Amino acid sequence: MSSWRDYQPRIETLAKSLGLSYHPVDFEAVPSSFMMEISVYGLPVRMPHWSFGTRYIYQLIQHRMGNSRLFEVVFPGNPGHAYLANNNSLAENVLVTAHVLGHADFSRNNMVFRNSQDQVGEHIVEQAATHARQIGRAIEEYGVQRVEAVLDAALALEQHIDMHHRLRRERYPEYLPPKTEHIDSAFRKRFTSLDPELPSSTNQMHRQRAPLPPHPEHDLLWFVAQYAPELEGWERDIFLAVREESFYFYPVFATQIMNEGWASYWHARLLREADFLPQGAYVDAIKCHSDVVRPIAGDQQVALGVNPYHLGFSMWDTIIERDGIEAARNIMRQDDDFSFIRNYLTAEMAEKLKMFRYDASSNGEIKVAETDLNALHESLLAPKYNFGAPSIAATHVHVDGTLDLQHNHAVDGRGLDAERGRKVLEYLERVWRRPVRMHTVDERGEAVELRVQAA
Amino acid sequence: MSESESQGGSHLNGWYDLFSRGARDWLRHNEKVRDAVREHLPEIVAGADIVGGASRTVRVPVKMLEHYHFRLLNPSKQQGVGQGAAKPGDVLAQPSQGDTSGKGAAGSGEGGIEFTLEFKIDDIVDWLWEEMQLPNLKARVGRSEDVDWTREGWDKRGARSRLDRRRSMRESIKRRAIQTDAPSFTDEDLRFRQLNRREQPSIQAVVFLVMDVSGSMTDRDRQLAKTFFFWATQGLKRQYKHLDTVFVAHTTEAWEFSEEEFFKVAGTGGTVASTGLEKVNEIIEERFSPSRYNIYLFYASDGDNYTEDRQHAEAALEKVADSAGYSGYIEVSGTGQRPLATETGALFRNLNADGKPAGSFAISKVEDIWDAVRHFFQHQAKESNV
Repeated sequence: MSSWRDYQPRIETLAKSLGLSYHPVDFEAVPSSFMMEISVYGLPVRMPHWSFGTRYIYQLIQHRMGNSRLFEVVFPGNPGHAYLANNNSLAENVLVTAHVLGHADFSRNNMVFRNSQDQVGEHIVEQAATHARQIGRAIEEYGVQRVEAVLDAALALEQHIDMHHRLRRERYPEYLPPKTEHIDSAFRKRFTSLDPELPSSTNQMHRQRAPLPPHPEHDLLWFVAQYAPELEGWERDIFLAVREESFYFYPVFATQIMNEGWASYWHARLLREADFLPQGAYVDAIKCHSDVVRPIAGDQQVALGVNPYHLGFSMWDTIIERDGIEAARNIMRQDDDFSFIRNYLTAEMAEKLKMFRYDASSNGEIKVAETDLNALHESLLAPKYNFGAPSIAATHVHVDGTLDLQHNHAVDGRGLDAERGRKVLEYLERVWRRPVRMHTVDERGEAVELRVQAA
Repeated sequence: MSESESQGGSHLNGWYDLFSRGARDWLRHNEKVRDAVREHLPEIVAGADIVGGASRTVRVPVKMLEHYHFRLLNPSKQQGVGQGAAKPGDVLAQPSQGDTSGKGAAGSGEGGIEFTLEFKIDDIVDWLWEEMQLPNLKARVGRSEDVDWTREGWDKRGARSRLDRRRSMRESIKRRAIQTDAPSFTDEDLRFRQLNRREQPSIQAVVFLVMDVSGSMTDRDRQLAKTFFFWATQGLKRQYKHLDTVFVAHTTEAWEFSEEEFFKVAGTGGTVASTGLEKVNEIIEERFSPSRYNIYLFYASDGDNYTEDRQHAEAALEKVADSAGYSGYIEVSGTGQRPLATETGALFRNLNADGKPAGSFAISKVEDIWDAVRHFFQHQAKESNV
C-alpha cells in the first residue's frame, strides 16, 4: 500500500467501532498554496475583499519564514469537506485523516455547532461560493467601489452578531403592544362606563410606535440590514451574506480548545489502535502528533501562549481516563470553551501543565503573575467573550435617522480605540447614509462620543 | 497577466496560482494604496528627490492598509496565559531600553508591514494633469510635417530583428490544430513586423530654465526652483514630442550647463540678472529660431538684483519675451514679507503690463509649486485659445 487513501476506509471503520458518529467527509488533496488561501479566507471560496489580500501577504511572509505549516482544513457539513496539503507525507496524511474524523464527530454532535448548522444549513462551502458569485455579479453591476464600501462596513462588523437570536429573524413589531388598562378603582370603572363613545385607549389612532430599536441590539449586521434608512436590496443581501458566514464561523471560534483537543485525542487514539498500519508509518505519525500537540517550542523553556491542541488534548485525555468515554461524549455534546474550561480545567491539571498568568507591560517587561485557577480561567477566556469583539449595541435611531451606538465599557473594562472606532463609523455611515455616533469612554474613563471627522 | 507576474513575485508556480484569490485581493489592495497615494501625490512628489536622476520612476514607501474593526483601547498591561517552568515573580523579558511605545501593541502586526510602490513619472504627470484639470497646451508655431516610422501590420518575410514571436507562435498553433503529426515550426509560420513611413506633424519646443545661483540663494531655494522646473518641464513634455531643455545659471556672469551639473551649481557673489537673460538671447539666436520653436522661459531667483542692472535686464527680458511664448518668474524665498515686491519681480510685472505673455509666482513652500504649475498651464491654455 502506498497512498493514505488506501488506509482511509479502515480508519473510518475503526473510528465508527469506537463510537464516532459523523456525516460523510469528502477528502481532497490540494496544493499547499491553496491550503494557505483557505486559512486566510476561512472558507475555500469566499467573497473578494482587499482585506483578505493583506492577510494573504502576511501569511505568505510567515509561510516563507517557515513559521506555519498547515496539514488540513476541515469544514463541517453533510457531507463535510476536508482539504489535505498534497505535500503531506503518508504518515502525516494518515494522522490527518484520523484528526478530521474527530472534527467531523465533534461538529455533528456538539450543541453549539448543531445550533449553528441547523440554521445556516450543512453546505457552508457551497453557500459561501454562492455569496462570492453574488458579490461578483454586484461588482459587475454596481462597480467595485460601491460594493467595496458595503463590504468594508459589513466585514468590519462581522463579529457583531447575536447568537441568542435566530439567523432568520423577524423585524421588530412596529407598534408597542396596546396597554391593557387596569380598571382598578371603582371611580374609573364608573367613569369609563359613563360615555361609551369615549375612544378607548386600544383604538388605532392611539397606537404608539415602538422606539427603534425597542431594546439595545447587539446584532449590528442584522440591524443595519433591516433598518438602514436607504439601503438598497443588493446591499442588504451583502450584509446578510456576511452575517450568515459569521453564524457559521461562531462555533469554530467558541469551541476551538474543545474541538482541536477532541480531534487530537482521536487521531492519537485511532493511530494507537490501528494495527493495520506499517510500523514505520505509525512511528512517523506519532512523531507528527507530538509536534502538533507540543506546548512549548523545541528550544524554549516557557511559552507565552497556550497551544489549544495541547490544552484540549490533555484535558480530554484526563477526562476520558477518569470518567470514561461516555461521560466525555456528554461533555462534548453540551459544552463550549467557556463551560469546558471552567468546569474541567482543574487546579491539578493546570499545575501539571505548568500554566501561569503573566503581565506584559508596554515597556516590554513580561512578568509571571500568578497560578491561581480562577485567574487562569478568566485570562484564557477573556479573548473569547462576545466573539472576540467589544460589546457594542445599537441603542437609538433619532428622528433624522442618526444612529446611536453604545459601547458597554463596564463589561469590557475599558473604552474603545477612538481612531479605529471613527474609521469604522466612517465605513458605517456610507451604508447607513445618516450620521452614526458611538458612545464610549476614553483613557481616563470619561464619557466620549465618537463621530466621523469632517474631511 | 504580466502585471500579476511582476507583482505576485516568485511564489507563482503552478496552474492554481493563476486563479489565486489571495493574489487577486492583494492586487486590489495595492490599487487602493495607489489611489490613496494619488490623492496626496502633489505633496509626496514635491518632496521626493527625483530631479536629475536617470530613473523615470518615483518610489514611495507605503504601509499596508488596515481594515478597521472596533477595538478596545490598549491596556497599560496586557495579560495572557503561558506554559512552562516559571513561577510567580519570574521576569521572562526585561523592559526594553528607551523605547516605551514598545511592540506591546498587540495585533497591529498586519498593519505594520511596509513596502514600496513604484510610480512612473509619466503616470504621475497624467494624474496630476487630470487632478488639477490642467488643459493641454496648444502650440503656436511649427506645424511642419515630419516623417516617422511606425509599426504597421505583419509580413511573412522580414529582418530577423523584427520577428514577432507571439504572432508566429499563434500561426504555428493554428496550423497544428488542423494538421496531424505537424512539425512545431515551419518558415511559413514566421511573421515579421512591417514598418511604414508616416507623415507626422512636428512640433518643437525649447524651454529655458534660468536660475540665479548667487550667494543669497540657499539650498532650499534651489531645491524649490528645481522641483518647479522639473514639473513644469514634465508638463511641457506631455505636449511636445521634441522638447529641448537649456539650463542657464548666473551670478554676475552666466553659463550654460548640462542638466546634471545645473542643479549642483552653487555660486557666490552678487546678482546681475541681465547676464542670464542675455545668455538666453544668445542661445536662441544660435540654435532655436522662434519661427521653428515654441520658446518658454522660466527664471528662478530670490528677487534681488543690482539696481544698476535694471535697464539692461529690462531690455534683455523684453527681447526674450518677443520670441518666447511665455516668460515665467519664480520667486523662491521663504523670508519675503511682500512676495514679488522685489527688483526682479518688478521686471516681470512690467512685462505683463505691456501685454506680453508673462507671469510671476512666489514659492516659499512645496505646496506653492502646484499653484504655480497650475497657474502657468491655465494661463497658457487661455493664451493659445485666443
